[in-house]
Amino acid sequence: MIYNAGSYDVIVIGGGHAGCEAALASARMGCETLMITLSMENIANMPCNPSIGGPAKAQLVREMDALGGEMAINVDQSAIQMRVINTGKGPAVQAIRAQADKHEYHNKMLKTLLNQPRLKIVMAEAEEIETRGGAVSAIITRTGARFSCRAVVITSGTYLKGRIIIGEIAYDGGPGNQFPAIKLSDSLRRLGLQLGRFKTGTPPRIYRRSVDFSKMIEQPGDDLPLRFSYMSPRVTRTQHSCWLTHTTPATHKIVMDNLDRAPMFTGIITGIGPRYCPSFEDKVVHFAHKDSHQIFIEPEGRDTEEMYIQGLNTSLPEDVQVKVLKSIPGLENVAIIRTGYAIEYDYLPPAQLRSSLETRQVEGLFTAGQINGTSGYEEAAAQGLIAGINAALKIQDQEPLILKRSEAFIGVLIDDLVTGDIDEPYRLLTSRAEYRLLLRQDNADLRLTEKGRKIGLVDDERWRVYNEKKTRLEHDIGVLKKQTYTPADLDMSNFLESKDSADLKDRISLWELLRRPEIRIKDYTEMGWLNQEDEDILEQLEIQAKYEGYIKKQEEQVRRFEKMEGKLIPADIDYDEVFGLSNEARHKFKQIKPESIGQASRVFGISPADINVLLIYLEKKRRK
Amino acid sequence: MYDDIAAISTPPGEGGIAIIRLSGSGVIEKASKIFKPRRSEIDIRQKEGYSMTLGWIINAEGEAIDEVLLALMRAPRSYTGEDVVEIHCHGGILPARRCLETVMRQGVRIAEPGEFTRRAFLNGRLDASQAEAVIEIIRAKSDKSMQLALKQLGGRNSEYIHTLEDRLLELNAMVEGSLDFPEEVGELEYDRAEAIIRELIDIIEQLIRAGKRADVYREGITIVICGKPNVGKSSLLNTLVRKDRAIVTSIPGTTRDVIEEQIIIKGIPVWLMDTAGIHVTSDVVEKIGVEKSQEVIREADLVLFLLDAEEGITDDDLEIYRSIENQNLIILVNKEDLEEKNITSREINQHFPGLKVIKVSAKEEQGIEELEDSIEEMVLGGELQSDDLEIMINLRHREALLRAYQHLQDALQELDQVTLDCLGVDVWGALEALGEITGKNLREEVIDRMFQDFCIGK
Repeated sequence: MIYNAGSYDVIVIGGGHAGCEAALASARMGCETLMITLSMENIANMPCNPSIGGPAKAQLVREMDALGGEMAINVDQSAIQMRVINTGKGPAVQAIRAQADKHEYHNKMLKTLLNQPRLKIVMAEAEEIETRGGAVSAIITRTGARFSCRAVVITSGTYLKGRIIIGEIAYDGGPGNQFPAIKLSDSLRRLGLQLGRFKTGTPPRIYRRSVDFSKMIEQPGDDLPLRFSYMSPRVTRTQHSCWLTHTTPATHKIVMDNLDRAPMFTGIITGIGPRYCPSFEDKVVHFAHKDSHQIFIEPEGRDTEEMYIQGLNTSLPEDVQVKVLKSIPGLENVAIIRTGYAIEYDYLPPAQLRSSLETRQVEGLFTAGQINGTSGYEEAAAQGLIAGINAALKIQDQEPLILKRSEAFIGVLIDDLVTGDIDEPYRLLTSRAEYRLLLRQDNADLRLTEKGRKIGLVDDERWRVYNEKKTRLEHDIGVLKKQTYTPADLDMSNFLESKDSADLKDRISLWELLRRPEIRIKDYTEMGWLNQEDEDILEQLEIQAKYEGYIKKQEEQVRRFEKMEGKLIPADIDYDEVFGLSNEARHKFKQIKPESIGQASRVFGISPADINVLLIYLEKKRRK
Repeated sequence: MYDDIAAISTPPGEGGIAIIRLSGSGVIEKASKIFKPRRSEIDIRQKEGYSMTLGWIINAEGEAIDEVLLALMRAPRSYTGEDVVEIHCHGGILPARRCLETVMRQGVRIAEPGEFTRRAFLNGRLDASQAEAVIEIIRAKSDKSMQLALKQLGGRNSEYIHTLEDRLLELNAMVEGSLDFPEEVGELEYDRAEAIIRELIDIIEQLIRAGKRADVYREGITIVICGKPNVGKSSLLNTLVRKDRAIVTSIPGTTRDVIEEQIIIKGIPVWLMDTAGIHVTSDVVEKIGVEKSQEVIREADLVLFLLDAEEGITDDDLEIYRSIENQNLIILVNKEDLEEKNITSREINQHFPGLKVIKVSAKEEQGIEELEDSIEEMVLGGELQSDDLEIMINLRHREALLRAYQHLQDALQELDQVTLDCLGVDVWGALEALGEITGKNLREEVIDRMFQDFCIGK
């Protein structure tokens, strides 16, 4: 019996990382919001690696923070280890990575959601998306509740028709043996949306006290006051170590001897898995010349006995998993808590989406996270944030927030999704960004806080902090550029000599001098040439001065690039009417429906001639 | 609105003049940097539209490349609706190509097929009803140039390009892998990276050299004969012309001081010039002639310097030598047929160390075979590679190759100087340039390669 259960502006289906950001953004922007989740216990769950950040992902977390997202603050409060990755490889790729306490992360996020005004959570299985005139109108749950609404964000993760596979065993299930969502897929299909099938996997979890750490290398965190959020206090936390061990030729032999029972090779698994997150059996087969692979043992939390085994995703039969583990140094007496498994699930090929993450097929229906074919908590959360923002903006009758490839990794991520043929779970990499040197984790606030303020997600306190930083930064840049020295200056000569730096030839400003690798910004504060203690500002000054040449080069490329991004293609374009287009281009454009000439040119297999033809067609249309 | 483009707008082949057309908001400024008006008080940047100015296209050293008429049309009253500059230079492929290359050095890129017409349309200079015709032009030109490019990329060329692509992708995977998967891939192996960069630079150099050798056959070379009066310049010219005359008839010299003939030596088209008046003089009229001759010599691919075996090496000879010693030179000791010889090999070694010396008799046609062999050897730069003639590098490809080359040189310089994220900019820049030749979008392949070469994953 279906009953009327209330009315909302925005309904978010799913309570994972995408769902949390979407629901919070929507509610904070003033929309009455409902989150429907299968299980309260799995809000912001980390069913895989209990870790957030790393190259490209840290940038995403910082960008979300600048826009007013929650992930950064939540992980800062629940981290049990933080490190800086890629130190010495340049500011564009330097990235913080945190190990989170899985339970604390969940608890804190749940508390934030429960205390958020205008947001309600209900535990139920969403079964049916009801539409009226091509637009979403309500969600109906398995138990008969009908929630009417004006926009829906689906963040179903790997739950859609989820199926778990361990060796010869396979059964319907969501991650971590949760209930799967069976009927929502059919509802999406009925709405005319196409679905595909992907696969991912996770390693076994083991007892801490069954591990012999003396045979492993300790991986401590950095004792630095690190933080993701610009709003978090700077604290040095107690660092919990990870541990490094490795597989042996014996391990590889066990895998090879049991390939006939490995679902990856027997044909039981049909979904496509991610290359950057391969199963261990895949690694052994495809990199047969390597007789050892790294294995990291990571704590799942401060107070839990559970340890995560990074590098050992597997769907081998349980008895083989035990043998594999025992062949690894330090794990000879291992006791398993959770068995590793592969999971197959339905996803929605994201070429069906607009850049706002709204489906083209159904008005008001947005999707975010793994349902869009991505992997990773950060990728999911970033899409959730944008989908939540755009659902709210739609209800407020405003233009969607679309970030450009040149202004945010979030822009790169979403543009890749909506223009690409995603044929495996998508992970963001720094190498996917054309303008990596501009999209750094250190300047995310400078890039995006104003946008966040404009849409109403940046509160007064964040806005004050941002403006203060910006003002002080500009002031200090002025100071460094104005203060100049000649070769005759004695103080400067002595300073340079002490730094083993060449003598001056001409008059030079402190800003220009900073380009020398051996000169650091801290030297200036020590000399009393600059009065600044804020670490963020000092870091920013140093990066902007040292990389000015490269940054300018990329800014110039961006200016050229943006001309094409600004040329929009109307949504109702009929590609059959475009004379002179190659058949391949016609087919691809119909499928992907690029929103701008820039997007069209990034579609795989499109020639410059096709773009020219399109330009001329649009011009002809315009004149009519 | 758009960037600056240029192309040779006249059909290939011999014509009285050739036109290089430039279009874009910056072309007048850029043209002013490589154009020296005859009347030095003229600044083309101040000129009205529809004006023409006489002057020279000059290179970075300020040397004249060709005497040209420069036509200027200001936006929106031009074919494309943008600022347009047309350079009317001398006919034939060589002057036009040299002018175009000079233009490109100012940051003007080569136009895509049909791009002028496209711009004309987009800027409202063509009627909407002409849209389909415009599309047909673009399609036809693109398809044709694509076919041509494919043909050029066949054979040995494609092997070279394939190796370049493969190594560059490997290098890129090493750099990007180390950045995106630091735990699995580890630090960049600098020695290996350096070896790959050097290999890449070497391949590109080979390609460009081979391309230049092929150009020699396609476009020919200029050879100037010089020496003091009565040393036998005209008889050498006549001897060569009699033997090797091209089907093309002789072109009257551009000045009375330079005589020009076209001949073919060992399959290479050669413009042969005789500078009549290069000798020291205080006569003003003569001096103009001398300046002309010297200009011709500076631009020549090869100079044949004649000495008189009977007269010996004179002060006049040494004076002339000083003005040409930086050129590609062959010393010819003429009048070898005469009894009396006053030049010893010791003297030659002393005055002209390290130069190729051939004894000839223009009159008796002695030593001409050896001369021809030497010319071939000098302009082709040593031994001829068997696959040279298959390697055709058009200007667009060469531009792309040179850009890749520059990025790789920068990468080599930077290798242990800058951080890896900056190094990545140049490695990617080289890949992008290469992609323009192969027409491939290498961005996906870049990522594929990373997963192929490294065992990545958690």
